[in-house]
Formats: sequence, C-alpha cells, structure tokens
Amino acid sequence: MSSTHGGYYVPQPSHWPITGSIGLFLATGGFAMALPDKAGDPIGSLGVMYAGFAVLAVMLFGWFGTVIKESQAGMYNDQVDRSFRMGMTWFIFSEVMFFAAFFGALYYIRIFADPWLGGAGNNLSTHEWLYPEYTSHWPTNGPGNVGGDFQTMGPWGIPAINTLILLCSGVTVTWAHWGLKKENRGQLILGLFATVALGFIFVGFQAYEYIHAYSDLNLKLNSGAYGSTFYMLTGFHGLHVTIGAIMLLVVLLRSMKGHFSEENHFAFEAAAWYWHFVDVVWLGLFIFVYWLV
Amino acid sequence: MSETMTHDTHHDEHPSGIKRWLFTTNHKDIGTLYLWFSFIMFMLGGAMALVIRAELFQPGMQIVDPNFFNMMTTLHGLIMVFGAIMPAFVGLANWQVPLMIGAPDMALPRMNNWSFWILPFAATMLVAPMFMGDNFMSGQGPAFGWTFYAPLSGQYDKLAFFVFAVHLLGFSSIMGSINIIATILNMRAPGMTLMKMPMFVWTWLITAFLLIAVMPVLAGAVTMLLTDKYFGTSFFDAAGGGDPVLFQHVFWFFGHPEVYIMILPAFGIISEIIPTFARKKLFGYASMVYAVASIAFLSFIVWAHHMFTVGMPVAGELYFMYATVMIAVPTAVKVFNWATTMWRGSMTFETPMLWAVGTVFLFTIGGFTGLMLGVAPADFQYHDTYFVVAHFHYVLVSGALFGIIAGVMYWLPKWTGNMYNEGLGKLHFWLTMIGMNLTFFPMHFTGLAGMPRRYSDYPLQFAEFNQISTIGAFIFGFSQLIMLYLIIKCIKGGEKATDEVWEGSHGLEWTLPSPAPYHSFDTAPEIK
Ligand code: HEM
Ligand SMILES: [Cu+2]
Repeated sequence: MSSTHGGYYVPQPSHWPITGSIGLFLATGGFAMALPDKAGDPIGSLGVMYAGFAVLAVMLFGWFGTVIKESQAGMYNDQVDRSFRMGMTWFIFSEVMFFAAFFGALYYIRIFADPWLGGAGNNLSTHEWLYPEYTSHWPTNGPGNVGGDFQTMGPWGIPAINTLILLCSGVTVTWAHWGLKKENRGQLILGLFATVALGFIFVGFQAYEYIHAYSDLNLKLNSGAYGSTFYMLTGFHGLHVTIGAIMLLVVLLRSMKGHFSEENHFAFEAAAWYWHFVDVVWLGLFIFVYWLV
Repeated sequence: MSETMTHDTHHDEHPSGIKRWLFTTNHKDIGTLYLWFSFIMFMLGGAMALVIRAELFQPGMQIVDPNFFNMMTTLHGLIMVFGAIMPAFVGLANWQVPLMIGAPDMALPRMNNWSFWILPFAATMLVAPMFMGDNFMSGQGPAFGWTFYAPLSGQYDKLAFFVFAVHLLGFSSIMGSINIIATILNMRAPGMTLMKMPMFVWTWLITAFLLIAVMPVLAGAVTMLLTDKYFGTSFFDAAGGGDPVLFQHVFWFFGHPEVYIMILPAFGIISEIIPTFARKKLFGYASMVYAVASIAFLSFIVWAHHMFTVGMPVAGELYFMYATVMIAVPTAVKVFNWATTMWRGSMTFETPMLWAVGTVFLFTIGGFTGLMLGVAPADFQYHDTYFVVAHFHYVLVSGALFGIIAGVMYWLPKWTGNMYNEGLGKLHFWLTMIGMNLTFFPMHFTGLAGMPRRYSDYPLQFAEFNQISTIGAFIFGFSQLIMLYLIIKCIKGGEKATDEVWEGSHGLEWTLPSPAPYHSFDTAPEIK
C-alpha cells in the first residue's frame, strides 16, 4: 500500500490533519466564548472547549499511531528520518523564540519601563504627572500597588531543588540513550523511567510552590509586572515540562514494547532534545526570575 | 485546477470530490488550495478596501458609521497580510519548490495539509465577531487597526477571538515554514548545491527562517494581551509596572521581519522571471543570495523605526535610524542586479515580464519613501499620515502582490498545461497599473499635507486627492475580475503549452511535461 517515490515515503491522503483543525477550532473558539464579555455574561460555557481538546487527543493518538505503525513497518528511509529531525529542530527553535518574547518583556520592564516610571531617562513626564510618589524598584507591582503587597519566592528552597531535579533528569535521559546505543534495553527503560519520574516530581514541586505563593506570599498572577512575568514564564515552562514528560512517557512505553533500535530511534531523540530545551529554559528562569531579583 | 491533472501512474488511493481536497497530501493540491484561499481573501479584503474608499470619496460621513469604518481598516489590513499575501506565497512555494529542486513532494506531506487546513478556521475566527452585533453595522469585529496596539485593543469586547485567530494563523505559518525548510535542505536533487538553487527557493528558505523566528513572538504578544485583559496581568499597564510601549516593541519585533516575509519571495519570483524574458543569466547570483541574507539579518534589528514618535531615548532614535537606512544597501544591490540583467538582453514583454518590470519600478518608489520614513526627525512629520499608507502600499501592492501575480502568470501554463490569453493578461496588467497608481500616488501628497491615516472623515482641502484615490481604487478592484476570468479560462482550456513554455526558460520545472504530473520527480534528476 505504500507509495515510495524515489525511495522517499509520501503518505496517502489522511483525515487526521483536518480532524486536528476542527479540534483546534473548537478548543480555542469554545474558550473564547466562555470568557466574560463587557456586557457581563459569556456567550458560551467551557463544554465546547473540552470537546475540542477531546478531538485533539483523538487526533494525536491517531496521527502518531499511524506514524509509529509506518515507522515499525520500515517505510521510512534515512532521508525521511532527516526530514523528521529537521522538523523537530526547527520546532524547538520556534519554542525558543516564544520564550524569548516573555524574557524580552521581563528585561524591558526591568531595564527600561520601571526606571522610567520612577523618573529616570527622558520619560520624566509620566513620573511627574501620573506617579510622582513612585520610586523605581524590583520586584515591583507598579505605582498602583496592583494586587497588593507581596513577597517573592526565594531561589534556594524549592527552585534550587527543582534545578537539581532537572539537571539530574538531563543525565538520566543521556544514560538511557547510552543504553539504547549499547542495545541494553534494561538501562534504556530504567533511564527513561527515572527521567519521567523526575519530570513529574518537578511539576509537583512547582504546583506546591504556586500554592505556597498564592496562600502565604500573596504573590499572584495579578501582582503587577513581577507577578505577570513570574507566572507567565514559569507557567509556560511548567506546561512544557509536562508536555516533554508525556513525550518521554510515550517513548518509555514504546521502549517497553520493544520499539527502537540502535540506529532507528528518532522519537527518542526528539523527546530528548525537547527535554534538554526545557532544561535550558529553566536555567534561564532560575537565574533571571528567582535569583537576580 | 483538478480537471487538468493527468493520469496517475501509481496505485495510490485517490479520494475524489471534496475528500480529495480535505485529506490531500499532495503538494500541488495543497498549493492550489492555498492559492484559491488567498484569492478569496483577496476579494474579501478588497471589498473592505472599497468600503473605505467609498466612505472617503467625500468629506463628511456618507455610508458607514465610524466604528464600522475602523472595522474595515482593521480587517482589510489583517486579511490582506495574513489571508491574501502570506498564503499566496506559501501556495507558490508548495507548487514550485518541489518542482524547482527536483523532489517528489514536500518533506512532510501530512503536516503540509494541516498547515493549510488551519487557515479557513482561523479566518472564520477573525471575522466571526463582525456578525455578533444586533445588526450588521453594529457588528463587533476588531476595530483597532491591524497593529492592535495596547491598550486600545484591550478594550475590545471580543478580544479572545482575535487572539486565538492570530494563534492559529501563527501555528499554520510555523508548520508551513518548517516544512519548506526541511524540503529545501533535505530534498534537493543530487548535485544541486545550495549555491545552485534557484533564487525563488533561496528567498523562501530565508523567509521560512524569518517566519519561524518571529511568528512565536507575535504569539507571545497576543498572549500577553489576552492575559492582561482576562487574567489580571500587567504587561502593558503602567499602574502595575508594565508599559504600553512594550507592546509596540514586541509587536514590531515581529512586524518588521514580517514585512520582509511578504517581499522576499516576491524578490525571488522577479529574479526567476527577468532572466527568462531578458534571455540572459541572472546578473550577480551570489550577490543576490547575500543581499537577501543581509536584508533578513537587518530586518531583526530595525523594528523601532515604527516607533520614532513614542518617546524613545535619543540614542535609540539614532541607532534605529542608521540601522534602518542601511537596509537600502542590499536592497539597492538587488535592484541594480535586476536592471543589469535586463541591460542589453533580448527582451520581450509577455505578461509575467510586464508584472516583473512593474514590480521593480514601483517597489523602488516604495523603497525610497521607506528611506524618507527611516529618517527619524523627518518621520515626526510623516508618521501616521497617508504618506505611510502610500509607502506600504507601494511595497506591498506593487511589490508583494504584483510579484505574486507575476509568478502566477509565469507558472500558470506549467500548472494547467494551457497558455493563458495574452491580450487579457496585458489588459489586466495595464488597468491594475493605472488603478494602483491613481489610488496610492495621491496619498503621498495628502500625507505630506498632514492628513492622518485611519480616520473616517477629513477636512475639505483633501477632497480632490481623495476622490482621485477612490476612483483609482475602484478601477484597481474591478480589474481583478479580469484575472479571475483569465485564470478560469486558462484552467478550462486554451492553446497547449510546451514543456519549456517560455523560450528563455531555465530550471528543472521546465523539464517536466505541462501540465506537471501529479507526482513531480519520481526519480531525482541529476544536476551538473
Ligand atoms: C528600504 C526599505 C524600507 C524602509 C527603509 C522602510 C521604512 C519604514 C518606516 C520607517 C516605516 C514607519 C513609518 C511610520 O509609521 O512613521 C515603515 C512603515 C511600513 N512599512 Fe516600510 N520600509 C521599507 C520597506 C518596506 C517593505 C519591503 C515593506 C513590505 C513589503 C514595508 C511595509 C511597511 C508597512 C506595512 C508599514 C506600515 C506599518 C503600519 O504602521 O501600519 N516596508 N517603513
Ligand atoms: Cu519596518
């Protein structure tokens, strides 16, 4: 049934992409309809959004399932493998740029916006006319003291432990890779298991930290510029850790089923690259969000 | 263009009817979908432009109310940028890149389908709020300009729809670009080194890189808008320590590379067409490649020339001014190379060549006004006037759009197997040329005289120029129906095209039969 063109596998028509589009449309449209309107009541409830996520989940199972089947059936040659690798590399680059936008916002606010609000530079008038009382400082929730007084999360408690956890998980995933290369299934599975476990422990600690910040420190998403950058950066990072851990979990389950060989294991490497990317982002967060406050 | 597909030598399953288009993994089918989608959006965005011009025919409020007018300017810009120009280029890439590099298809065909099929949903999400009011005129579409500056956009009631529409558009662009890069880097025929690639392929490689770099930043910008409005963050709120100007930085960090995303593939098309009809090799191929690469690099470090009047520190004004005018250097390299390619060529002026020469000529005018705008102290006068509108329509209409039409005319015989009607093609070109210049040239004058952009009314002294613009716009708009007729006629039949199509054509796509077979290169050709 496969149609290979000059050896390159060109798949048959597929209904998964359009299924994915419908899922995305329902998920985002449903969410938009459930958000409050100026008039007050939203025009929809979250049901449509959940339905969209369900469709997306089905699509992911179906699409990846197809790809895995094709891969196991040996339909992909080295050139197809290279296409996948390039695809993953550039996808990770796009993710880097997404985080860059939020890091950029953090730097801009700290280096420019906040000092200007305090009267520095040539933007004196905002300070003079609107916020004469305000002196620039970081962390800040602005001249409006938006969200009320708060305390920051110190770096040397849970964040430092989380740094260690992620660094260790980088080691375990590499150890698993060595196992795969040596055809040592036990080492592969054990390494992956440790990595996934460390990933979920990280997420658990992060959740605990958020609860602590909300209930004890009054540090909230709406705590001005500091709260915004803190939660958006760490929140998106946490989401990516979760995605990465799920990817590794799938790779773990596939390893247990006997998938992957010494030279054919793109999925493993893709998940591992993603994991290292998430790791590096965390180091940036640890330094600029937790440490240098 | 389905009728023109010839037999298929493979035993693949081929769904027919609507399923063929919904499920397709074929680069030609997907290219066709992109191009038709783009054309529909072009008509929709064009209709909105005509509403704007009709309202501005005379001073005073004539036809629509101000909020509806704002909705029209906003949606016109967004639909043209994200719905018409960008998908048209991706459609051309889908059709042409595999043909030009000797590949069987795109590298990731299923993802290719997904990139396209997100677009109609995104467009629906963008336009839907227009129909959510009590009546059409009081629709709740976005009305804050295509640049959606905070804090104005934060007051928009249906902001979430807008934000998610942008997310979906970005998703589609990123996947499309990943696919194009993987195709170009991984699927070239043996012997086609990077420096032997056709210019169109080169420009798309660099454009795809720009897209992957900046679409996520745009996603970040709209995400911040979303959380600022609905979840209490303070990115753009000074009371919380944020800054509305931050929005402009993030937006234009995306926005300036975006304008090059919309022109570089057009440069590539022009660089294919001019050598064909001048019957000479492209002059300075290597310098063309380096020029595109330098333009792409510079496009990342000039964004705040859109913000000269927001109150940046003087050092910032100076830096962004010098960086901006530096772009003129590689751009001039390209223009000189095109001119030199034509110099002493055996030139003929078939329709694609008319469009190509028209593009070079008018784009250069837009480049010059860009330079004027790039001079920070001068921009204080020009900023947010019709002078800016004139500038970006000279680069976008007579740069990007003309380039797209040039490419469509150039490759149409290869796609359909039939020649288009040359008389209609020339008529379309000249009417468009006249309409375009009548519409946008007077805007230089109204702008310099101080008429602000994005207003639904204006003082009496601007009336004459605005009337000329409106007449031009209607000529321009209705001439596009000629193109529609020409294309449909060409799909349906006409004089058979040869494989080379053009006497001076060069490149792999012309070695395939016309129309090109459903699967492009089953065995990779050898490049010497
Ligand atoms: C020589 C190269 C160019 C230079 C120096 C240049 C410079 C500028 C400057 C300084 C502005 C801001 C004017 C203002 O708001 O006061 C501007 C606006 C604009 N330019 Fe260019 N430009 C160049 C080429 C292009 C190209 C190739 C395109 C697109 C194909 C383009 C599209 C735009 C658009 C869309 C705007 C208006 C954005 C808005 O405010 O809505 N420009 N340009
Ligand atoms: Cu710009």
